[in-house]
Order: sequence, then C-alpha cells, then structure tokens
Amino acid sequence: MSTAPFNFGRPTLVSRGRRWSFRFDVRTALTCAVFLVLTAGAVLVSLAYGTYEIPLGDVMRALAGNGEGGARTVIVEWRLPRALLAVLFGAALAIAGAVFQSISRNPLGSPDIIGFSSGSYTGALVVMLISGGGYYQVAAGSLLGGIATAFLVFVLAYRQGTQAFQLIIVGIAISAMLGAFNTWLILRADIEEAMLAAVWGGGSLNSLGYDQLWPVLAILAVLVPLTLATGPSMRQLELGDDAASALGTRTNVIRLVAVVLGVGLTALVTASAGPIAFVSLVAPQIARRITRTSSVALVPSAVLGAFLLVVADLIGQRIFAPVQLPVGIVTVSIGGMYFVWLLVREARRNS
Amino acid sequence: MSTTVAAAPAGRPGRAKAPSSGPSGRDDGKGQRPGLARTNAGRSLGLLIAVVTLAVCLLGSLAIGARSLPLPDVWNALFAFDGSEAAFIVRDLRVPRALLGLIVGAALGVSGALIQALTRNPLADPGILGVNAGAGFAVTLGIAFLGLTSFEGYLALSFAGAIVVTTAVYALGSAGRAGATPVKLTLVGVALSAVLAGISSAIALLRPDVFDEMRGWAAGSLAARGWDTFWNVLPFITVGLVLALLSARSLNAVALGDDLARSLGASVGRTRVVVVIAVTLLAGAATAAAGPIGFVGLMIPHIARWFVGPDQRWIMLYTMVCAPILLVLSDTVGRIVLSPQELQVGIVTAFIGAPVLILLVRRKKASGL
Repeated sequence: MSTAPFNFGRPTLVSRGRRWSFRFDVRTALTCAVFLVLTAGAVLVSLAYGTYEIPLGDVMRALAGNGEGGARTVIVEWRLPRALLAVLFGAALAIAGAVFQSISRNPLGSPDIIGFSSGSYTGALVVMLISGGGYYQVAAGSLLGGIATAFLVFVLAYRQGTQAFQLIIVGIAISAMLGAFNTWLILRADIEEAMLAAVWGGGSLNSLGYDQLWPVLAILAVLVPLTLATGPSMRQLELGDDAASALGTRTNVIRLVAVVLGVGLTALVTASAGPIAFVSLVAPQIARRITRTSSVALVPSAVLGAFLLVVADLIGQRIFAPVQLPVGIVTVSIGGMYFVWLLVREARRNS
Repeated sequence: MSTTVAAAPAGRPGRAKAPSSGPSGRDDGKGQRPGLARTNAGRSLGLLIAVVTLAVCLLGSLAIGARSLPLPDVWNALFAFDGSEAAFIVRDLRVPRALLGLIVGAALGVSGALIQALTRNPLADPGILGVNAGAGFAVTLGIAFLGLTSFEGYLALSFAGAIVVTTAVYALGSAGRAGATPVKLTLVGVALSAVLAGISSAIALLRPDVFDEMRGWAAGSLAARGWDTFWNVLPFITVGLVLALLSARSLNAVALGDDLARSLGASVGRTRVVVVIAVTLLAGAATAAAGPIGFVGLMIPHIARWFVGPDQRWIMLYTMVCAPILLVLSDTVGRIVLSPQELQVGIVTAFIGAPVLILLVRRKKASGL
C-alpha cells in the first residue's frame, strides 16, 4: 500500500499487485469500517436483550460454542438467525436501492418505479385474504406478484428497447392500480385478517429462523457479488447514455442486468419478510452524505442498510414489548428522522 | 449545495442531455418540447372540448347512482324543484357531491402541476410536501386520542395537519443559504412523510379500533360529504387556484433553472413561497374533504403537458379542467361498478387513469416530460 502520487482532491489508498489494483477512498473505507463495527455491536446487543436478558459475557461464550444450555438455545437458535437476517436484508435492500437510484438518476428511484413492491404486496394479500395460506404460500404469492408486475411493466413500456422514462411512467401507473386494488382488499377484509396483512405489509422479521437464513444466504452469495461487479459500469451510466457509450459501456445491457439484479435482491427480501420500507431509499442517500461522494455507492450503502435494519429491528422488538412492531415501520420512522437531520445539517454546513 | 444528488429528473437516456451547469441551474430539457397541440387555437379548441366533457361528466354524476334518474328528472330537480324524492336526492346528495368532486379534482390536479413545476421533478406529487402524511397523522391522532369518529371532525384536523407538516417541510427544506432548492424540498418532504406515516401505522397496528377507522379514511371518498364540506373547503381551494394561475408565468421561468430564472427577472424565492402556499391550500383542503386521493395530482399534469407543451399557464388551465373529469367520472363509476356497494373514488381513479396514461406513454410523440 502506498498513497497516491497525485492529489485527486480526496485522500485515497492504492494497492497494486501484479494482476490487480484497488483504489480505496479513505473516507469511504473508514465509514464502512466504522459502520461494520457498529453493526456488529448492534447484533451483539440484540442477542443480549429481549424478554429474557442475558449478560454480554454469556452471549460471547454461547457464540463461541460453549455456555450453558438455556442461554445457548435462546441466543444461537432463536436470536442469532433473526439478527443475521436483519443484517443480510438491510444490505440487500440498500444495494438494490443504490442500483435503482443510480439507474433512474433520481433520489426517489426504487424498485417501486417498476411496480415491484405493490405487485408483491398484492400477491401476498391475495394469498392472505382470499385463498388463505401459510408462510411459504405468502412468500410464493408475493414473489409471483412482484415478478409478474415487473414483467408486465417491462412489456408495456417496451418500444425498441426500454427507456428509463417510459419504464418509470408505466411503473407508476401499474403501481397506482395495484395500490388501489390493495386498498380495496384491505377494506373488505375482516379486521383481524386486515391487521395481519398490514403487519406483513409493514415488513416484519418475526418468526424467521434458520429455515429462512440458509436459502437467503445462498441466494445473496450469488446476487451480491454480481451486483457489485456492475458498479463501475453504473458509474459511467450516470454520465448519461451518450457519454457512457462513448466510454465503451453497453448501456442497455448494463441497465437491464442491473435492474434484474436489483429486483432479485428486493424480491428475496420482500418474499421472506414483507416489504420493508425506506431502507432502500434512505440507506444510499445517508451513505452518500456520510462518505461525501458525488453519487450513490454500493458498498457503503450496503453497510449502512445492514446497520439501519439491525437497529430498527432491535427497537421494533423492544419499544412496545411485548407487542412487536413491524421492523419496516421503525425503519421508516428512525431512518426518516435521521435523514431529515442529515439534510438540514448539510445545508447549514454549506452556507 | 455543493454536491449533486443523482437527481436530474428521470432523464431520457438515448437523447442528448445538456451537461448540467450545477445543481441549481439544471436544464432537464423540459423547456424545449412542444406538445401535441402546437398553436394556441388548437389548445383553445382542446380546452373547449375538455370543458364540454367535464360538463357531461358532471351531468352524468347527477343522474347515475344507486338509484339512477332520467335526465329530465335531474333537470326538474335542479330548475323546477317539486319536492319529490328524486329532487331531494339530486339537490341534497348528488349536486354537492358532484361539485365537491369538481373542486377537489381541480385542487388535486393543480397542486400536482405546481409541485412538479416547482421541484422540476416529474415524479413529484402533492404528497411530496407531506400533505397526505400530515393529514393522515393528524386524523390518526384524533381517532386514537381524541376519540373522533365523525367525518366533520376529521376535516379541520386533517387540514391543520396538512398545513403544519407542509410548513415544517418547507422550513427544514430551506435551511441553509441556498434556500429551498427542489432536491432538498423533495428529500425532506419524502423523509418527513415517511416518518409520520410510520408513526401513524404504528399507532394503528397497536390499536385495532384506530386501524378500522383509518382504513376507511385512507381510501379516499366523496360519499356522504354534503353541502357543509363543500362550503368549508371552497374558499381555500379558490384562493389556491388563483395563486396557481398567478404564479404560472414565474414557474415558466423557474423551469429554466434557478440561475437563469433570476437573470430573467423572476423572483425565485417569492415564487417558491407562493407556490408552496398554493399547494398547501389546494392539496390540504382536498385531502381534508375527501381523504388522500393519489394519482390525480401525479398524472393529470403529465397528460396536460403532453398535449399543450411546457407552458405552465396552459398546463394549469388544462389540469384544472381535466383533473375533475377524472375524479367525477371515477366517482360515478365507483357508484355503479359494485352496485349496491360503493367503490371509493380513490380506488377507482387509478383504474381509470392508469390505462390512459399507459396508452399515452406508448404513443410515439408523447415521450417527453
């Protein structure tokens, strides 16, 4: 490792080998490291606190594989998978959000713009309120609903290649129709069923365990590296299609691949835990403001998303205990407030 | 602002974009795209057709419902009151409902056009300034802690909520020397709305009675509002519409970017304040009267823009006429489609408006914002 010989305005670390070279932005790397540590800390805390409190020392012992039976069961069997899923889901959602914000060049860009979220909510609602079904049926319904909607939006927006603008408009139109249909489904349902549906719609990690952790981990192990690999091309896409083409980026291919990966990440989370709102919107923007980079970046977004979701789930479990709030509701409240504060502070500093 | 959010309004890749000159002086190309109607004569003709369509829709909404009345009866009820049951239905139920649809529709549409012009973001809708979230939050609090159950009780509360939250969004969004730039306003509005919506749904999920009331309010409906509601919101909406028409010229300049607008002599700061006040009055009153109705404010301005081009004065006029068409038509359709039950107007608007929008976006000429 040596510092770069040129002054690029921001301190960077460059590491070169015979076949590879990496350039780390110091502030970005530091941010990632700090938030990784914070995330780990939050995971530990969420392992220790609950209806049954366990001292941190016992938590460490249980994680290391030794420790007495009761505490070990609570920590390793019950709390650990949920905490890990919160980390994974947060990272996945944040990456998907960064992808969509980069592609749509709009800070409001999210998988919603191609109708994914409302479609998967519709799918889940149909299963919960009309046909009836357990966890896996609801997951399948939401997956099917989301993917069918995304496909429909693509088909309707297709005209000699997909243009971002048409995609967004068609996506909004279809989302609006599905949203209206969802409202109607909730209105005509029994109050208990409607509330259960609303809890799902808030996004919740309740009752998730190892059965969900391993498949999620396996799928993410494929999707996340692929998405990170499209990062450099997406930087070029942000220059505009013409400039990106001139730099040798195959714009339409990259855009399609990135959208598919972004949808895949969102679909995975939504099917397992319901639509957890706002992480994908706010994590890339918070990361951008903390790292002070000019565009949304994938890795810092992922770390922040993970941190946000772990903390949010901890709060959602504890704040009105024994009632558990859906984590999505907490992410919206806490993430939103922090985001407002960041925006205001940024404006003050610049003046 | 020293940094650029990736926030150029959803661009049109594949077309050359002018390089952005800075975050506040961005040209998104909106200023150059002509509409389908290229002459003022064509635009006037289109507006006339729209007005006639609106009149037909209003008349239809007087005649059609759970008990459909022949048009002569409607006429008699309006102009030769004879005390029959039909006359009462028309005078006390359908006329106020149709008129409420008219003003609420105009308010929603114009507030959408204003906020899109102000933020230069075609994805913006009045909800972005926190109107819906503020109203919903206030109504939730009212139901949960004040025990409100009547619609009239919600009206004042939701209007107050909308105004307070919009003011807060504007105040937070204008922190710093750059003032309330479009990007900041949008982000603050979205974030604050999300916070309030999150707290509202947390309350609703902890209290089933609140949940039950809220799901009815949140669908958005014009049913059973009566003359009182109409007269209550009319003054606010009138003032809002007048402010909108007055600021249309300045918004034409703002569309070129803040710097260029200033050099053309437009007062960007004053325009922003006036527009935000107009949006608050319009969307706040509409939401107070009918609950949150999405889509109208988002989409009608697009359709208007495709037809008349980028001139805000024409967009405002068209939106003012076309948005009520969608709302009144949806309200009428909602009465008959599941008869004898009624489908809330907020649910129907999307089902009528969205296909139109998709057809339009697939037209070759209509691919500009």
